[in-house]
Amino acid sequence: MAQLVSTKINNDPIQFVCEPQEPLLDALRDRVGLTGVKEGCGTGDCGACSIILDGTLVCSCLVLGVEAEGRAIETVEGMADGATLHPLQTKFLEHAALQCGICTPGFLIAAKALLKNNPAPTEEEIRYALAGNLCRCTGYDKIVRAVQDAAKVMRKG
Amino acid sequence: MAEIKVWGGLRPAIGGAATLDIEASTIRELLRKLEEQYPDTAPFIEAGIAVSIDGVIYRDSWGQKLPSSAEIYLLPRIEGG
Amino acid sequence: MSNNTKFTGQSFKSVGTRPLRPDGLDKVTGRARYGADIQLPGQLTALILRSPHAHATIKSIDTSKAEKLKGVKAVLTSADLPDKNKGDQDLFDILDNCMARKKVLYDGHSVAAVAAIDAVTARAALKLIKVEYAILPHVTDVDEAVKPKAPLLNRKCITQGVEPTPKKASNVAKRTEFGHGNTETGFAEADFVKERNFKTEQTHQGYIEPHACVASYSPDGTAELWVCTQGHFVFRQQCAALLGMDVSKLRVTPTEIGGGFGGKTHVWAEPVALALSRKANRPVKLVMSREEVFRASGPTSATSIDIKIGITKDGTITAGDATLRYSNGPYVGPWAMLGAMTAFACYDLKNVRTVGYEVLVNRPKTTAYRAPSAPMAAFAVESVIDELAAEIGMDPVEVRIKNAAKEGSQSSYGPVYGPIGIGPTLEAAQKHPHMSAKLGKNQGRGMACGFWFNFGGQTCTDLNIAPDGTVTLTVGTIDVGGARASLSLIAAEELGISYEDVKAVVGDTTSVGYNDMTDGSRGTFSSSMATIIAARNAISILKERAATMWEIPVDKVIWEEGHAKATGKKHGNLAPLSLAEIAAEAPNTGGPIAGHNELVADGAGVSFATHICDVEVDRETGRTKVVRYTVIQDAGKAVHPTYVEGQYQGGAAQGIGWALNEEYIYGDDGRLQNPGFLDYRIPVCSDLPMIDTQILEIPNPNHPYGVRGVGETSIVPPLAAVANAVSNAAGVRMTHVPMSAPRILKAIDSAQD
Repeated sequence: MAQLVSTKINNDPIQFVCEPQEPLLDALRDRVGLTGVKEGCGTGDCGACSIILDGTLVCSCLVLGVEAEGRAIETVEGMADGATLHPLQTKFLEHAALQCGICTPGFLIAAKALLKNNPAPTEEEIRYALAGNLCRCTGYDKIVRAVQDAAKVMRKG
Repeated sequence: MAEIKVWGGLRPAIGGAATLDIEASTIRELLRKLEEQYPDTAPFIEAGIAVSIDGVIYRDSWGQKLPSSAEIYLLPRIEGG
Repeated sequence: MSNNTKFTGQSFKSVGTRPLRPDGLDKVTGRARYGADIQLPGQLTALILRSPHAHATIKSIDTSKAEKLKGVKAVLTSADLPDKNKGDQDLFDILDNCMARKKVLYDGHSVAAVAAIDAVTARAALKLIKVEYAILPHVTDVDEAVKPKAPLLNRKCITQGVEPTPKKASNVAKRTEFGHGNTETGFAEADFVKERNFKTEQTHQGYIEPHACVASYSPDGTAELWVCTQGHFVFRQQCAALLGMDVSKLRVTPTEIGGGFGGKTHVWAEPVALALSRKANRPVKLVMSREEVFRASGPTSATSIDIKIGITKDGTITAGDATLRYSNGPYVGPWAMLGAMTAFACYDLKNVRTVGYEVLVNRPKTTAYRAPSAPMAAFAVESVIDELAAEIGMDPVEVRIKNAAKEGSQSSYGPVYGPIGIGPTLEAAQKHPHMSAKLGKNQGRGMACGFWFNFGGQTCTDLNIAPDGTVTLTVGTIDVGGARASLSLIAAEELGISYEDVKAVVGDTTSVGYNDMTDGSRGTFSSSMATIIAARNAISILKERAATMWEIPVDKVIWEEGHAKATGKKHGNLAPLSLAEIAAEAPNTGGPIAGHNELVADGAGVSFATHICDVEVDRETGRTKVVRYTVIQDAGKAVHPTYVEGQYQGGAAQGIGWALNEEYIYGDDGRLQNPGFLDYRIPVCSDLPMIDTQILEIPNPNHPYGVRGVGETSIVPPLAAVANAVSNAAGVRMTHVPMSAPRILKAIDSAQD
């Protein structure tokens, strides 16, 4: 039977109803309307549905909606501060770190989680931190450069 | 009269030759006369024939002029990704 | 007004700069809407039932229980999608692929579909559909399929292109041949002749966004479709034909597209969604799972290629011969033909012959994948050229430069080349610091060349000038990787206004005329040509309006730097009128100002690339890592260089994945063993190095700005470049792609035996 789930999403108190077997990904997309969270595989292999759950990077397709009860969720929709983009968003645009853009929300969230834990990652650290996110368009070159550049900007504060 | 070369796959339909002698001023006229003179080419025209004029491939512009000194080469109409 | 599309060599202000793309903000904030993001009121969820068998006759389908399940609104079989296209084989194949008729032809072939109130109900309904199959023997391997005793996919399949016409059916659907000269004579002139067989496994385009659409069919016979597609006009044609609709009554709106690479060039499930919506009288959303994408949408061919090349001691290739067998899935396509056309296209050969065989197998319907069929052929040819270079003790770049095609060379597929870039890319490679960099332990370097045709095609563009002087550019070609930015730059260039004042959008099928799909690297090439002419048409109206405002003859008005300027002694002192000033006066000078163009953008310039690759091979495990990679490619003119680089890098990465990891693995039961991103491993961030690019600009004489297509060529050289690098590192020639760790290990071990 469907259950009521109370969460904090991008700092707003949000409640949604979902079936016990329903992935958090589906609940976010279909019930809360956060379609910036993308589904590429549904099996935790592509990272397009990446969100930050209580400070931890997860694939929302591998979490049940009911598991979000009482927890805080960050999605791509909450990255910008009003009209001011997050430095990662700005640098992804400037470096053309996206072509089709379907993987972009997941990369932005994964990169945000990385830079929170490691403000000055090496290229190799970036590459391994983002290895759970698939991009088929860019060959990753411009994504890695965008993350390096954003990290530099964020370190300067 | 322009000498018209054809790709290997079309040769059986024109009696095995590698070239054609057809008097035509446009691609449209060329394809019409090709089908009239060699009815076996009809399925190839139906499937699509591209015409290369001096190395530039025309897939759809049947109004394109065929200069008498040009190299004309018939190719299958191709598709991409 | 000028419809002249010849290259003029003008200098540029906007073209060649690197502004932010207009659709970028939506894509970094999650606002951009892709296929699965569309929601309609009352929308149902559709799911497809797929065959678990590689080859079977459908004896019966019983949908009665599923129909009775609460919440199920429609159940569909091939009976609901009858063949309405008498005689059009290509359309029939697409229809049969959308919904199997008498037989299922591959693991994953759709047999029925349901639309229900939610996914849970739809899944339950699928389980209630009973399909009775009579299993038939199957064949999935391309070399097995051509054997005389192989199971037949289609008893009516008589090989086309063979004289005399064969009497017996086979899995070889078609034979094609290209070439010139006499290869026997050529081989006789050679000092060395090398013959080898190469194999490549089947790969998928691997776009991250699964196929997704929302269909809404009205009882009045009109319908709307929102879909991620490379060509909404083509989807409209195909869906309308398959459903028996008037084309104009179906409106197709393209969503943002999450990758296509050829895989979204024809319909897979969209007609099913429309037919379900028609039957249920409700909007229907259909989204494929990743497993369905792998099992039942467009992979490229698996191939087996025999190559024979002869060379003299001084490095002149005297003859090249190739026999190419390409798997087509169950339906015939042009795939081996494209391999046969492109195999030797980089070289100036006196004697060349290529023969292609289209082979039917029990695998999904082969579809275009970025420069379709060219990478496999290039892998085979470029590998043998490397071996021959080593044999005569010549540098591999030098050998290629010596034999490279140039302006005036007869191409291996027939026509004589105009100005082309293969020579310059090779010379750039020779001079590139990568070529002379020192290699580490267990490392090897390889290089290879690649070719792709590039296409033009039907294109229609609308340019509307708003009352404030900003410009809306409506194009009908799908933007797959930044084209809206390039086309805005082109419009800004031609009008003489700033990039920020142009807003490019992709119109739906009711807002502009027919456009071919974005394939064959045609998007920017074709739509920029139409945009340039549309802008010129708008300029001629702007000049007329300025003349009206000034009350002077229009022939005294010129257009320069975004302004109308009056000329001549009499009027020369009039202050120029900006585009915005003229637009503001439009209501009193004749109404809205617009430019429009429709054309067939023929004359696309062929494209060449040379890639350099360094790999490191772990001789104990066979694991291989690409440690350095460089792409050098001719763009004609790079309109937005950053996105051109992006195309180069993306194609290279896909090719590297194909070379090292990616393959469809079928079990003996004919079922796909790895339909997911875990087991079908595309390159991840930690697999790759930075990918360096060098853009060459050899203008295409048939485009006003010299633009060539850039999207596809970059996937052609990597298979060969990586294979040559691995072969050099491992000390053994690799002939089977992907060069997965077990294959490399096996090759190293057998070389030591």
